[in-house]
Amino acid sequence: MQQPEQRDEVEMLSLMLLIRRFEERASQQYQAQKIGGFCHLYIGQEAVVCGAVAAARPDDYLITAYRDHAHALARGTSADACMAELFGKATGCSHGLGGSMHYFDREHHMYGGHAIVGAHVPLGVGLAFASKYRDEDRVTLCFFGDGAINQGGFHEALNLAALYKLPIIFVCENNLFAMGTSVERSTALKEIVERAEGYEIPGAVIDGMNFREVRDALAKIIDGIRKDPHPAFAEIRTYRYRGHSMSDPASYRTKEQLEKYRLDDPITRLRAQLTREEKLSNEQFDKMDKQAKETALASVKFAEESPEPPLEKLYDYTYVNGASA
Amino acid sequence: MREITYRQALNEALAEELARDPDVFLMGEEVAEYNGAYKVSQGLLERFGPRRIIDTPISENGFAGLGIGAAMVGLRPIIEFMTFSFSLVAFDQVVNNAPNMLTMSGGQFNIPITFRGPNGPAHQLGATHSHATECLFANIPGLKICTPATPRDAKGLLKTAIRDNNPVLVLEVELLYSSKGLVEEEDVDLLIPLGEAEVKREGGDVTIICYAQTVPLALATAERLEEEEEISAEVLDLRSIKPLDLEAILKSVSKTHRVVIVEQDRPFCGVGAEVSYRIQKEMFDGLDAPILRVAQEDVPMPYNERLEKAVLPSAEKLIAAVKKVCYT
Repeated sequence: MQQPEQRDEVEMLSLMLLIRRFEERASQQYQAQKIGGFCHLYIGQEAVVCGAVAAARPDDYLITAYRDHAHALARGTSADACMAELFGKATGCSHGLGGSMHYFDREHHMYGGHAIVGAHVPLGVGLAFASKYRDEDRVTLCFFGDGAINQGGFHEALNLAALYKLPIIFVCENNLFAMGTSVERSTALKEIVERAEGYEIPGAVIDGMNFREVRDALAKIIDGIRKDPHPAFAEIRTYRYRGHSMSDPASYRTKEQLEKYRLDDPITRLRAQLTREEKLSNEQFDKMDKQAKETALASVKFAEESPEPPLEKLYDYTYVNGASA
Repeated sequence: MREITYRQALNEALAEELARDPDVFLMGEEVAEYNGAYKVSQGLLERFGPRRIIDTPISENGFAGLGIGAAMVGLRPIIEFMTFSFSLVAFDQVVNNAPNMLTMSGGQFNIPITFRGPNGPAHQLGATHSHATECLFANIPGLKICTPATPRDAKGLLKTAIRDNNPVLVLEVELLYSSKGLVEEEDVDLLIPLGEAEVKREGGDVTIICYAQTVPLALATAERLEEEEEISAEVLDLRSIKPLDLEAILKSVSKTHRVVIVEQDRPFCGVGAEVSYRIQKEMFDGLDAPILRVAQEDVPMPYNERLEKAVLPSAEKLIAAVKKVCYT
């Protein structure tokens, strides 16, 4: 009875490790100036997207903001394609044209990677609209941060989703800071989840450092949406260990706060749960971690050896040819 | 051919494309139950039902974005802006999301969406409701822009826009909705390619380049020029701003050697600035006079009727410019 769930959880722990080791490697490569532009790390938040992906179907639509490396990896985009994108290479998941903030992977139903805060929330509503229009039972998972909830487009999107009863879950990854501005300094409401009430959208608050809680809570919500299309809202409380981006020393928060969350690390927590239940040995964990580190390191080699997008194709992505048949 | 209004032509284009392709839907403020703020979508709700003709709240950013998201997975939305002055509220969606997606995704996601509605000054609507947005959007790679001035062009261009696999803006003219013109019979699948200008009047002395609401102005003025000044003006309707039909422009100018551009937008970085740059770059030696432009005055649109008239291109301004390039 417990067998499939056990396997899944170990697999998901392995995925969380891959995300963490990938981003540690990306951070190192950024400092070595192999990666340009902005680079926003997800380290500390891994349980959120992994819990969500474990709760959803692989063909459910997923769309997110600019802190998107983990969302692609969780969906099944290879570490090679993710690292190559950071290097701006043709083998990247957006062929080197998107960069860190614009990961896309049609095959794995990853619809970006969107870098204007809040602007992709209406797009997520559009994905859900398409599901309903076509009478499909896909659910849209629309991720955004606590910084997005004060943008006008966010409110318009919630209202439209409620009005049209669209199958979408708005996943607010509340990591307490919009860049350097804390939630208390940005948001008049004390509880973010109350934003949903204004649109008669059911809301839930979930501990984002606990993989099992994220997965179980979202599974229940997604199941409900699939049976009867409607929007739902989940405020998932989490924390990023690193700054907003690579250039941010995060001096706006205290060492004590960071330490408190580090002690509650989502990977450590799931590992402890599995170990306690004798579903995972230390050897197994070490092996998985070693594997994650090797995959991340190999992705750097892959990215380095990959070709640049060809200059002669510069104009090939502005328009597509043709029309509907 | 039969005579129908510009409004009816647009309505037919919408109905034909909705009937042809189940992935096409129309969304916007007042498009369904109200039958359209300008009655362009008259009868469509009744014929196609609320699944495909969808009223929205006043949330341009929200429903423009919704359309783009739906287009990512292959639907073909027609998003109506009650006026393109309101598209400015959705500027980020139209400028940042629709045209960038194909590049940002390395070619994985094209956005087959049509944004349509009236654009440009109408009559005494004041500064906020009188924007001619074509020059703002023309600066953005990834967008296509057409500006029909006749019922025939309205029908043919809108149908082509809906079938195009890229984001296309169909900038209509409020003041022309009730104007009439000849259009092919209903059983003809009228498609006019984007990026093809049309000579609306042949002439030999000067080329008047125009689009949208300056087309009827140019045509009427050309008649006056013929009668009053014995100047034979060729009237070239761009029909599409992007892609721009440079070939047709150069062909006409190589015949007349004199150009006046009459445009409905503002002069600074306006459409005419780009067109005149292209002409002088390609055929500087073929010009007998500097290219002149007649655009709006560079001020926010005043409400007062007399002042509004002073801001807009007029027959008098156009005649003066033509006479100047003809040295008469």
